[in-house]
Amino acid sequence: MRKLGILGVLTIAVPLAAGGIALAQQAADNDRVQTLRGAPIDEHVAVEDIFRPNEGRVSRNYRQQPPLIPHKTQQYQIDLAANECLSCHDWTNAGDRGAPTLSMTHYLDRDGQQLDSVSGTRWFCNQCHVPQVNAPALVENTFEASN
Amino acid sequence: MADIENQAKKPGLLKRLWRFIARPSVSLSVGFLTFCGIVIGVLFWGGFHWALEMTNTEPFCISCHEMRDNVFAEYQGTVHQNNSSGVRATCPDCHVPKEWGPKLARKIAATKELYGHFVTRSIWTEEKFKDQRIHLASNEWARMKKTDSQECRNCHAFDYMDFTQQENRAAKNHQKALDDGLTCIDCHQGIAHDLPPNYLEAYRGVVADLIANGDIEPQQRDIEEAKAAIKE
Repeated sequence: MRKLGILGVLTIAVPLAAGGIALAQQAADNDRVQTLRGAPIDEHVAVEDIFRPNEGRVSRNYRQQPPLIPHKTQQYQIDLAANECLSCHDWTNAGDRGAPTLSMTHYLDRDGQQLDSVSGTRWFCNQCHVPQVNAPALVENTFEASN
Repeated sequence: MADIENQAKKPGLLKRLWRFIARPSVSLSVGFLTFCGIVIGVLFWGGFHWALEMTNTEPFCISCHEMRDNVFAEYQGTVHQNNSSGVRATCPDCHVPKEWGPKLARKIAATKELYGHFVTRSIWTEEKFKDQRIHLASNEWARMKKTDSQECRNCHAFDYMDFTQQENRAAKNHQKALDDGLTCIDCHQGIAHDLPPNYLEAYRGVVADLIANGDIEPQQRDIEEAKAAIKE
């Protein structure tokens, strides 16, 4: 009698459990990426755009914005020893190279003394200036200028 | 008695060697001797060339810690080592001329580097290397400037450049360089290695020295000369 009871419970419980697992599997499958391609074989998948640096001057978005860099800076050395940006943008070279000169504020030391060479506090250009590419923003930005 | 006389007559080593070389072959045919000459010649010349090429590879260059830990480490990730097209320029591609004569001259000059490595240990530590860097870089700049950047030109030539495919500022500056008779190294210093402090002043000094020594012609006209030309 007891054996029959256990058997009865099992005959109901096992298909139920199996069915539940199958359902859960299916639901999970729907969320999961089915193929590496990410789309059915007959569907067109566009190649991701290659975003290149903006060329030409980019207008400022707010008054205090450090001007954006309209070219690649990947391979330029900016470290304790050398700053390759200055080979075009320092006042000594800008004329010959047809590049914008650094703002004269960059030749003031922390006490406001005028210097001939760029101030140590302004040495690392990419702390403020960044190259700009024509790509959509990766994250939403809610920044608003104060002025 | 006879023995002593013979000993006294025995000629010196050089003379005996010369006699051996100068003596006509008695039993060997001219054909055989020519063949032997060719075989030995091929072995020697091939061996020489093989050794020359052996010392012209990246693994050879970085078998010394001075190169491996400093310049080779910096070169990692630069455009000549890592790029989209998969072309790579290794040490000798830029630092050893391809032409036979200049290559041999460079190889002979490189014996001084062996002296520096084994005897004076002039760039044995990172600190010593950094102290010497401006001097070492100047040597390379002078060599490049003198030869119109010969090693760059093995791959890059103004004639083959499509300026329309270049970034605007690159196209503009390349055209300017072409017009002014500048060479690659005039703008592209330190493209594969780190630059030392005041590198630009040092480079200009190198060029001024070369002009003063008459090794190269001055590219740009004097300001006075240009003013005079404008007045006329």
